[in-house]
Amino acid sequence: MQLGFLVDLHLCMGCKGCEIACKVENEVPLSTWRLRVKYVDVGMFPETKRTFTPLRCNHCANAPCERICPVSALHYIENGIVNIDKERCIGCAGCVMACPYGAIYIDPETQTADKCTYCAHRVASAMMPACVVACPVEANIFGDLDDKTSNISKYIQQHQGDVQVRKPEKGTFPHHYYVGGGNVHLNPLASDRVEGYSLFNKLTNKMPVGGHH
Amino acid sequence: MVHETVAATHAVVTLDVGLPGIVWGWIITMNMWAKSIGTGVIFMLFYLLKKYPHEAAAYRFKAVLVSVIAIHVFLFFTVIDLHQMFRFWHIFFHPHFTSAITVGAWMATLFVGLLLVLLYASFIKKDNVFFDKVLAWTVVLAIPVTLYTAALMAQSTAREMWQMPTEAAQMIFAATLSGSAVMILMGKTLSYEAKRDLGIILAFSALGAFILYMSELVFGPMKAEEVAAVLEFIKGNGEYATMFWMGQIVAFVAPFILVVLAILNRSTSILNLASISALIGLWISKHVWLVIPQLLNMS
Ligand code: SF4
Ligand code: SF4
Repeated sequence: MQLGFLVDLHLCMGCKGCEIACKVENEVPLSTWRLRVKYVDVGMFPETKRTFTPLRCNHCANAPCERICPVSALHYIENGIVNIDKERCIGCAGCVMACPYGAIYIDPETQTADKCTYCAHRVASAMMPACVVACPVEANIFGDLDDKTSNISKYIQQHQGDVQVRKPEKGTFPHHYYVGGGNVHLNPLASDRVEGYSLFNKLTNKMPVGGHH
Repeated sequence: MVHETVAATHAVVTLDVGLPGIVWGWIITMNMWAKSIGTGVIFMLFYLLKKYPHEAAAYRFKAVLVSVIAIHVFLFFTVIDLHQMFRFWHIFFHPHFTSAITVGAWMATLFVGLLLVLLYASFIKKDNVFFDKVLAWTVVLAIPVTLYTAALMAQSTAREMWQMPTEAAQMIFAATLSGSAVMILMGKTLSYEAKRDLGIILAFSALGAFILYMSELVFGPMKAEEVAAVLEFIKGNGEYATMFWMGQIVAFVAPFILVVLAILNRSTSILNLASISALIGLWISKHVWLVIPQLLNMS
């Protein structure tokens, strides 16, 4: 079994339902995010368009975070999920340096690394990840990539030529796909960041890195 | 390059989370700096004992003591950088050997063990033959101990700018630069010739490191877009441009020129000045190189 995710960006309307569901389900502390929806505006008035991209851990087949973790706190489980054992993590932040997608953060409360686990605890009880359940337009498709008849496999088959992953050049082989994405959605260098548009970027306490630097 | 299309698309992030802060900061710089001294001094002691055995004999104990102190400074900063520092023992009881952190921690521990044997051989047993035998093994181990941080940076896949084998070469140059600098400052009774040799090692290490940094600055952006974006932080009015150039001048350019002047004038005081400059500059240049890739947003 190889679990994977696919987001159909044609469908996503940026409601952030998945983001909130994830926060609640996983008790993700303030100022940190396992999943977030990034808004990028393209074009000039009146020819403008807003894009929405849900971003989470890709559960890479060749995960640099797993490789660099000195204590196997980040590890594969048999369904292909890259999981984290917070009790084992020593907080070296090697994984934060290694993940090319900025998917890992240091939890300010436990002072250990954390990230999206595809809701491994829910999956173990045969439930869908919280974000999948919350999405009102079924833009998040989750399932077994090894099963040709699963929804995700069928979606990939039907959208050949329009299925992409983030930063394929990194050789991480993500198990997280996007349909309908362009550079602006998937490449952080394809858009400018102007100060003042970020959520919670003026935090003075509970910094994501733990605040001891 | 995709960044060049931003002007055309006017793509601008309008809602997102704040950028993560610098996760590996000055504590890791201290770690790398101290480790360079710790292994570099051992390399230099080995060289001096081979080339100038009589005058170097007096430095067996002193050099090892400096190395022990530097390595413990390195270990101290390694541990305090952990967000869960009291779980440090997990590295030994739940080791994951694909990680350069694990391999490095085990090798550094073995290195400390050998250094303690050297201290015993020079201070208690006073057995130079035994010392020299153990020193040879210590030098061999000092090479991977010096290099493992480069391996760690190479495993940091997200930071395109930290590449192998460039980082490996930089680590070796940092060790020979700082090791020779410390030996020059410490070697009060060394002859001018021995100090000149150390000065030459210092100058060539500085030159090598400087060439690598400049090559990266000029050619790095031609290879990878992420490298180009990171290097913007040290170019022109970049946030770290002043600090970068200060580091390059104080660590490499000034020491190189000072060593040339010292040799032309047979002056050990100019060599001392070059050494102090190299040690200070090395910290600055390492720090800039550590921090700038972390300023780039990954997603
Ligand atoms: S996206 Fe990042 S955190 Fe997730 S598996 Fe890949 S490297 Fe690890
Ligand atoms: S911070 Fe924790 S999970 Fe990440 S590499 Fe270090 S020990 Fe592993």
